[in-house]
Amino acid sequence: MTATRDELVAAARGPRRFGWWYIAEHQFRQMRRYLWVVVVNTIGSPLLYLLGIGFGLASFMTRPIADGPDGPVSYLLFVTPALVASAGVAVASDEFQYSVMMGFKWRRLFWGMNDSPVEPPQIVTGFVLAVAGRMLFSTLAFAAIAVLFGGLGDPWSAFAVAGAGLLGGMAFGLPLLAYSATITEDKGQFALVNRFVFTPMFLFSGTFYPLATLPVWLQWIGWVSPLWHASEIGRAASYGRSPGSWPVGWHVVVLLTLCVAGWVAARRVFVRRLRG
Amino acid sequence: MTVISARGLVKRYGDLAAVDGIDFEVPAGESFGLLGPNGAGKSTTMRMVGAVSARTAGDLTVLGLDPDTHGPEIRAQLGVVPQEDNLDLELRARDNLVVYGRYFGISRAECLRRADELLAFAQLEDKATAKVDDLSGGMKRRLTIARALINTPRVLMLDEPTTGLDPQARHVLWDRLFRLKERGTTLVLTTHYMDEAEQLCDRLIVVDHGRIMAEGSPAELIRRYSTREVVELRFGTDRNADAGARLESAADRVEVLPDRVLLYTDDGERLLEHVAREGMRPTTSLVRRSSLEDVFLRLTGRSLIE
Ligand SMILES: Nc1ncnc2c1ncn2[C@@H]1O[C@H](COP(=O)(O)OP(=O)(O)OP(=O)(O)O)[C@@H](O)[C@H]1O
Ligand SMILES: [Mg+2]
Repeated sequence: MTATRDELVAAARGPRRFGWWYIAEHQFRQMRRYLWVVVVNTIGSPLLYLLGIGFGLASFMTRPIADGPDGPVSYLLFVTPALVASAGVAVASDEFQYSVMMGFKWRRLFWGMNDSPVEPPQIVTGFVLAVAGRMLFSTLAFAAIAVLFGGLGDPWSAFAVAGAGLLGGMAFGLPLLAYSATITEDKGQFALVNRFVFTPMFLFSGTFYPLATLPVWLQWIGWVSPLWHASEIGRAASYGRSPGSWPVGWHVVVLLTLCVAGWVAARRVFVRRLRG
Repeated sequence: MTVISARGLVKRYGDLAAVDGIDFEVPAGESFGLLGPNGAGKSTTMRMVGAVSARTAGDLTVLGLDPDTHGPEIRAQLGVVPQEDNLDLELRARDNLVVYGRYFGISRAECLRRADELLAFAQLEDKATAKVDDLSGGMKRRLTIARALINTPRVLMLDEPTTGLDPQARHVLWDRLFRLKERGTTLVLTTHYMDEAEQLCDRLIVVDHGRIMAEGSPAELIRRYSTREVVELRFGTDRNADAGARLESAADRVEVLPDRVLLYTDDGERLLEHVAREGMRPTTSLVRRSSLEDVFLRLTGRSLIE
């Protein structure tokens, strides 16, 4: 029965190394439960958007509103990369709000994980990894369907556009995760986030029209918006950079910075809360 | 072999000392209890021992390791039944065990094998594929215990294992814990039920305001801090105090509670006769053996459960 120190150290080697993966496994297993909702959402919402915009809105928009490197591009081309990015952001806003409340408060799942050998930063990693998996599934499916609708200039850009959506979703989601993890009492904060962060971001990020058409005093919303940066990366991949637009690398740097800051903050909040 | 050793253990939250310098040792195979009222610091102590909360001061080793540096190593050897259940209500009962076993790095096949064994142990075989949400409170608690055993822990930590359960469900659960005890599993449990402490604990500490008030086996504590028997008399709310005063000299000790008078004595029958001779007419009278409740009352002047 008595164990040597070495035996004890050996027994925790797996969790010390792979704890994050065990957590991700649990998350994937949970997603399997609402898999059909995910699938219907993932396939349904691009169909709705592309049908509505491709056949509806685009038929009015006869005057091009945006330029590619070789002149004006169609409205569908302009809008599709932004729609893919917003699919990523939508997954983030879903998972990084309600699932976090589930974890800390409603089901206390994170506390159960916390009592096992897994450490709080590994809980963050595993959880984020699982959400990233679902997000990539959504953005890839969206981009693939968009190819069928002719929404992407170069069909092969679907991967880059989906990747930009993932990066944008995480740049929005990781800081949101850090914030959600600080919430100990649900006083309607999520409704505020959705109304005053998510919705304005969707409306003012150059999703449906170029950011430059907004008055300068509103354009800053786009500059701080992960959605705008991800859309611009996607557009550059799909039909090339518009004249005068930011180099793609700048957008990537902004998004990565948001991701890293959010990740670091989330780890801190998790450690403080679970190990107080 | 000592499994847990705490010396001068302190946990402060701001100005509040939730645990205020406590010492105890738990040898392997013992069933050790922390008995105390709400806010005594039981859960806080459990969390420090469980290596999920850093101590503010003092020494603490679990299995010879320091929780500050070897948290994962310690937790790999513990089974934890938290005060509030945190099962995954949307998963099935067996899946809860499997998912949890994976946190310890146990292979899926092995988790499945152990899960079936543990479900049988927890008398939940027929609920293996039931959604946890559909289980009763007592079943959920038993499932949580089964889950805590998935890593065949050296120490099982139970924070108020039966709070909120009906008497029938409590007895089923006690029976399971008794079996674990017989198998030699080290148990550390908190409770504010003295009957639970008497049933399950070889030895316990009575905690109040983060301090240890007394330590010993239930029988020792009763011997040391109480008499063999207690006479409980009810005279009616406004007459209890007078009656208590009158009987002061007839008993070793008198406690006047709002609803009754407790007379501590080694011979309850004789004291009852004395009450009758005095011409006092209580509405109800009862002679019982002393319990830990009486120990607690003596030590703190308060009841365990208000
Ligand atoms: N994270 C925390 N931050 C601040 N104060 C805390 C925290 N956790 C516990 N406390 C305080 O520490 C004291 C001891 O709490 P603890 O939960 O350990 O008591 P307990 O004996 O388990 O009580 P109960 O029977 O109600 O579970 C209480 O006053 C509680 O309010
Ligand atoms: Mg408690």
